[in-house]
Amino acid sequence: MSGPSTYEPKYAAAKWMDKRLPIIRMGVDFMGFPSPRNLNYWYAFGGILSLCLMSQILTGIILAMHYTPHVDMAFDSVQRIRRDVPFGWLLQSMHAVGASMFFLAVYIHMFRGLFYGSYKAPRELLWIIGCAIYLAMMATGFLGYTLPWGQMSFWGATVITGFFGAIPFVGESLQQWLLGGYSVGNPTLQRFFSLHYLLPFVIAALVALHVWAVHHVGQNNPIGIDVKTKEDTLPFHPFYTMKDGFAIAVFLMIFALFVFYLPDALGHADNYQRADPMKTPPHIVPEWYFLPFYAILRAVPDKLLGIILMFGAIVVLFVLPWLDTAKVRSMRFRPTTRRFFYIFLFMCFILGWCGGNSPDDLAFTFGHKNVMVDGHEVSEAIGMTFKTLSRIGTIYYFGFFLFLLPVLGWIEKTKKLPDSITKAIHDGEA
Amino acid sequence: MGIKFMKTLIVGATLALGGLGVANVATASDAGGTHKLEHQKWGFNGMFGTYDRAAMQRGYQVYREVCASCHALEHLSFRHLADKGAPFYNADTPNPNDNDVVKAFAKDWSIEAIDQDTGDIIDRPGIPADKFPLIFPNAIAAAASNGGAIPPDLSLITKSRTGGADYLYAILTGYHEAPHDFHVADGTYYNTAFDGNQIKMAAPLSDELIEYSPYMVAGEHGAEPHEVAAPVATTDQMARDIVEFLTWAGDPHMEARKRIGLATFLYLFIFALLLFLTYKTVWRNVKH
Ligand code: HEC
Ligand code: HEM
Repeated sequence: MSGPSTYEPKYAAAKWMDKRLPIIRMGVDFMGFPSPRNLNYWYAFGGILSLCLMSQILTGIILAMHYTPHVDMAFDSVQRIRRDVPFGWLLQSMHAVGASMFFLAVYIHMFRGLFYGSYKAPRELLWIIGCAIYLAMMATGFLGYTLPWGQMSFWGATVITGFFGAIPFVGESLQQWLLGGYSVGNPTLQRFFSLHYLLPFVIAALVALHVWAVHHVGQNNPIGIDVKTKEDTLPFHPFYTMKDGFAIAVFLMIFALFVFYLPDALGHADNYQRADPMKTPPHIVPEWYFLPFYAILRAVPDKLLGIILMFGAIVVLFVLPWLDTAKVRSMRFRPTTRRFFYIFLFMCFILGWCGGNSPDDLAFTFGHKNVMVDGHEVSEAIGMTFKTLSRIGTIYYFGFFLFLLPVLGWIEKTKKLPDSITKAIHDGEA
Repeated sequence: MGIKFMKTLIVGATLALGGLGVANVATASDAGGTHKLEHQKWGFNGMFGTYDRAAMQRGYQVYREVCASCHALEHLSFRHLADKGAPFYNADTPNPNDNDVVKAFAKDWSIEAIDQDTGDIIDRPGIPADKFPLIFPNAIAAAASNGGAIPPDLSLITKSRTGGADYLYAILTGYHEAPHDFHVADGTYYNTAFDGNQIKMAAPLSDELIEYSPYMVAGEHGAEPHEVAAPVATTDQMARDIVEFLTWAGDPHMEARKRIGLATFLYLFIFALLLFLTYKTVWRNVKH
């Protein structure tokens, strides 16, 4: 908890400043913020995310100086950046790979919160702001992917904006309003660029609220019990600046691995082809971080229902604090829920796998049977399709939030909580 | 902390790899799946891989004498050939516009331009600053001359196809006799690497289609430049050379990227180590 400020200005200039705009005090309090002493490396991802956001904004601003948001020039301007702008290849790669790293970090950050029950009182609003950030990130990622105007940019944008067309009554006009026309075209590209530039600053403002909220309620911790005494905490600096700093350096190495050695591993080859409205690619797939939602969308035959489910998958996150009825925060003390959590994590990967494949292809082959095609007997594989698999995943996804968490909260016998963080550390339980 | 950290690291790595694995499976699954690409050994692969200058220079000759009758290099200018790391870089004329070899190449192409005195549209010899010209004025003309198929831009060909260099090599060496029960439509050619096995490009390469010119190797440490005999232009040799050249054309800063990557890693490694030691020192009296 923040508590009263203990900062005392020493120098005349600092005192003068403190009376007028206590910004030094704010900084000092921030650095000395009492953090639970048992935070592990999963707690470094907030800092990592802040770094990702700054990196995206900085590289993005420079890219925008060289990029041209016009259907006839966008693709070439990206090539010019990669070839002719000094270190343009580095900036472009950092920005594109950075988006993936940002999502990787945010997913770990969110699963962390899920595991340690960080969404429970008094952190509901903190969690909800986090969900809003995630939503804004998804929008930014989608808009940004359109800008290079490759085949996947164009067709991804066409498919995603097509969802809006399926909304009853207002759908069609909504879609036209979003696109600035009847199909994805120059007006679309220009407004997407404008919004892609705007949204990161909205995210930055939301992050400020998010961090303010963390500092107001205090951080949760791996055992999920409240901080009781000053003994339970350590000042943020130097304890966590150094620990998180180390984690950040390790994260940057993974980042660098992709930027320098695998710059295309996370992208799609089709996006190196100029957008062609006359030529639909055989498979339209979104970026990896949208795949689980894409699988949920295609799990049902009805387009509208698919869209409702897809948005529903995000809406449940917003109301999660009221779905989980358990009093105990950390899953370390919830043995049954913890098992279901691991299955949930696994199902998210399964859904991602389904999202990257055609629904009618086989995920698993069980055997072969002979069928007649045009009077010839051919052997045909039988097994489970990706559609069936994504249905299982979708049912588990919603079942976890809407059934398991509310019910387990009532019936689960939780393990005994330690008396305090300090005691838990002493007993080797933290 | 040792064990805890290892646990975190392993779980983190699993999550990351799992996620990326899903991403990769997703990308790989649209390779068509009809054929398995054979992996070739390329000098530019791997962490320390670099381009083979001589192969790239021969590859340019293949492009100029064979592919250029149909395919453009949309994203290249002549000067790019003389950039640092490019096939015809010359340390004596670091400014690509002064590079004699590239000046001669450029002059060999005719470029449409506007006469500065009359305003007429004229053809003039190229200069290094010019872009490689388009081969067909527009897509309709390109399709009309090629049985309805458009020869794609080659400057991004290794990037825009799953399989990259291996795929390009497979296409160029994938022309074989069609199996008896396979019907090859008129105007198409049987190719094992192409999706659907029927491509509208006739086999562009055949043994000794061109004759490689011998090339000069700059003498190192003040030695005289000397001439090196070129290999025989077999189909396989030409395919490898054009792959080398086009891989460079798609990724001209690859060598710098890997070099800087190595330095970055070294830096981050030391940085991480120092942070780790500081962290351990700061926490040494804290039970956690
Ligand atoms: C006579 C004209 C012609 C020449 C010469 C030619 N090509 Fe092509 N190329 C084409 C056409 C036409 C296509 C489109 C084929 C199709 O889509 O069926 C094509 C397609 C390709 C493709 C794309 C395959 C794909 O995945 O879509 C590659 C790669 C290629 N050519 C490489 C080369 C190389 C390298 C050379 C020089 C060694 C070359 N071509 C020479 C006409 C030509
Ligand atoms: C731009 C993206 C984001 C940034 C920069 C960011 C930043 C931070 C920071 C600095 C912290 C404190 C350090 C920590 O506990 O890790 C934090 C905590 C937290 N964040 Fe985020 N965050 C982002 C997105 C999200 C999202 C998408 C969610 C969830 C939907 C979320 C939920 C939380 C929660 C619940 C906490 C408190 C965790 C705890 O104390 O246990 N955040 N965030």
